[in-house]
Amino acid sequence: MRDGTERRKSPGRLGLFFTNRDALEPALVTLFAAVFSLLAGVGLIFLVSKEPAQSARNFLLGPFLRTYNIYYMMIAMVPLTFTGLALCIIYQSKHMSLIVDSSFYIGAVTATAVGIHAALPAGWHPAAAMLAAGTVGGFIGLLPAILKIRWRANELVSSLMLNYVFYFIGSFIILYFLRDRNQTILSSLPFRKTFLLPRLVPNTQLHAGFLVAAVFVVLVSVFLYRTKWGYEIRMIGANQKFAAYAGLSVPTVILYSHFVSGFLGGVGGAIEMAGLYKAFIWQMNPSYAWDGVIVAMLARKNPKFVPLSAFFLAYMRVGADFMSRRGDVAFEFITLLQGLIILILASDKIVNYFKARRLQRTALARTAEARAAGAGGAE
Amino acid sequence: MMDFLASVFGSSNYWFIVVRSTAPILLVTLGAVVTEQAGIKNMALEGSMLWAALTGVLASAWTGSPWIGLAAGIAAGVAIALILGLFALKLDANAVLVGIALNLLSTGGTVFVLFSITGDKGISSSLPSKVLPMVSVPLLRDIPWLGKVLSGQNLVVYLSAAAVVVIHVILNKMTIGRRIRATGENVEAARAAGIDPDRIKFFTLVISGILAGLAGCFLSMGYTSNFTSGISAGRGYVANAAQVVAGGTAVGSIFAALIFGVTDALATFLQSRGLPPELIQALPYAVTILGFVVVTLIRDKREAARKLKLFAGKDDR
Repeated sequence: MRDGTERRKSPGRLGLFFTNRDALEPALVTLFAAVFSLLAGVGLIFLVSKEPAQSARNFLLGPFLRTYNIYYMMIAMVPLTFTGLALCIIYQSKHMSLIVDSSFYIGAVTATAVGIHAALPAGWHPAAAMLAAGTVGGFIGLLPAILKIRWRANELVSSLMLNYVFYFIGSFIILYFLRDRNQTILSSLPFRKTFLLPRLVPNTQLHAGFLVAAVFVVLVSVFLYRTKWGYEIRMIGANQKFAAYAGLSVPTVILYSHFVSGFLGGVGGAIEMAGLYKAFIWQMNPSYAWDGVIVAMLARKNPKFVPLSAFFLAYMRVGADFMSRRGDVAFEFITLLQGLIILILASDKIVNYFKARRLQRTALARTAEARAAGAGGAE
Repeated sequence: MMDFLASVFGSSNYWFIVVRSTAPILLVTLGAVVTEQAGIKNMALEGSMLWAALTGVLASAWTGSPWIGLAAGIAAGVAIALILGLFALKLDANAVLVGIALNLLSTGGTVFVLFSITGDKGISSSLPSKVLPMVSVPLLRDIPWLGKVLSGQNLVVYLSAAAVVVIHVILNKMTIGRRIRATGENVEAARAAGIDPDRIKFFTLVISGILAGLAGCFLSMGYTSNFTSGISAGRGYVANAAQVVAGGTAVGSIFAALIFGVTDALATFLQSRGLPPELIQALPYAVTILGFVVVTLIRDKREAARKLKLFAGKDDR
């Protein structure tokens, strides 16, 4: 009765996405993690705010109460989608590099250089910047991979260290080569008009980068699930030793997965520049890679769910921003909620709770059956 | 430039700063060494430091005592390490991911708490927090050049030196040390030998929490006299790289931490020479990676030589 065949016959309404319980249950746990983190956020607001009801309302509903907030969410989704996709690829290969942070930041710096100095027609200009930023980002992405392959350096540790190095190098380039010295505040020279991405909706900041992000979601989905390279990435993620035994060159796969992931980060950084700004004015690294970790985890490493989880994170950010501007709760409180989400989703015992319980029950039932049959046979 | 460098390396003032900036790295590196020996990666050292730095400042401001601040800070450092243990060991979470989560939560969380209490997101200067005392060492201070370097440092600097000895003794001279290494080497074998691996891992996490807590308190109550956002500046991550350079030993940690300390202090001096501060600030992190690569190269070479000898020995028979 409890065997798998019957279950697979009636996947239910969610069968469109989930073919069996093994996929459905973790998805429910993911939903639980998201909702739970929001509830924890409300709890925190009540703990620290002098007008908690108003703040909680602004946090949870604020993103939908104003039309411009809806556009903000869509804008915020763009960088989150890129870093989320980049980390999906890294996680699929069971690696943990956070170098995408550098790729994104240096990607933005590269795009700034192209945006200021290259003379290209509109349309081609941002495209060239994306390509340049992606390539630079990809090569940066290779560094932890090389350190790992050649010197067995833990890629997370080396990437975190490199993130500091590249942050300082990036701000050095801006300050010494691209800075607008007529400005009192720190700013690069202004971008050329041709570099700026067109707006999708007049009088909003929603830019064409949103569509580019959508295209990349499809591209990365196809790459991971419909190409040989994607298959190889998932294969070394599933079992690296087996993949090596089956004749795969594991170092090669690690290298190109890191390159592609860095490329996505670089493109994301370029789009952020061309879409939102008229010059490079970041005083610090926005560190979207850390958010990318959560996006990838909420999407369960699957690119096709990245837009959904990027939307959720954008919702949280816009809500927290809206709330902090109108109340006494600091924007940074969402990092507590984001940390909570990772903690829940990283815990195998929580994610696989139902599956473990089901397996246990089946095992117990089987044992009881066998015992009954054994007792019957003895009589 | 060479003259300048020579004058820097000759000055007791420079080496005083080297010792001072080495101490916090040394403490966290020891923490990373201990947990790594037990086979668990504590990526949350950064988070432990941040919460310890903030808690130390808050507790010392409220009670007026730097000691209560220190105790509270260390407790906060341990708490973060224990959360890592809870998720990684009891809920089967990937320890590295838990570390990422805790660091993310700590970078923003400390700012959130600071803002909720003081209304300022950057610095805790509105709080009357205390600092830990400087210690003038009686005999040491009378030695001509060395006295100026080693005496008059913050109490935590001397504690970090003591910590090297303590960790060395724990790892090499005590039963628990053998158990730690056994657990790190092979969990199943350790369990078969009657060791509870989870208990050992929790024990090392507590130690690393204490050490990171001490380091965090030093940053906000000695190295500087305030908590500022992101005060740990990646030292927790550096520790995880330095741990490899240290080769998993307490004594090696001194060497590994010094690499960072020497460049970090040099950066302070070079900045006064008008070199671009951005590139100089990147130096300590870049040098740490470099040290890491060099040490692995040397170790690989030694390993190869050892294997070669082994084969040669077989031929003789």
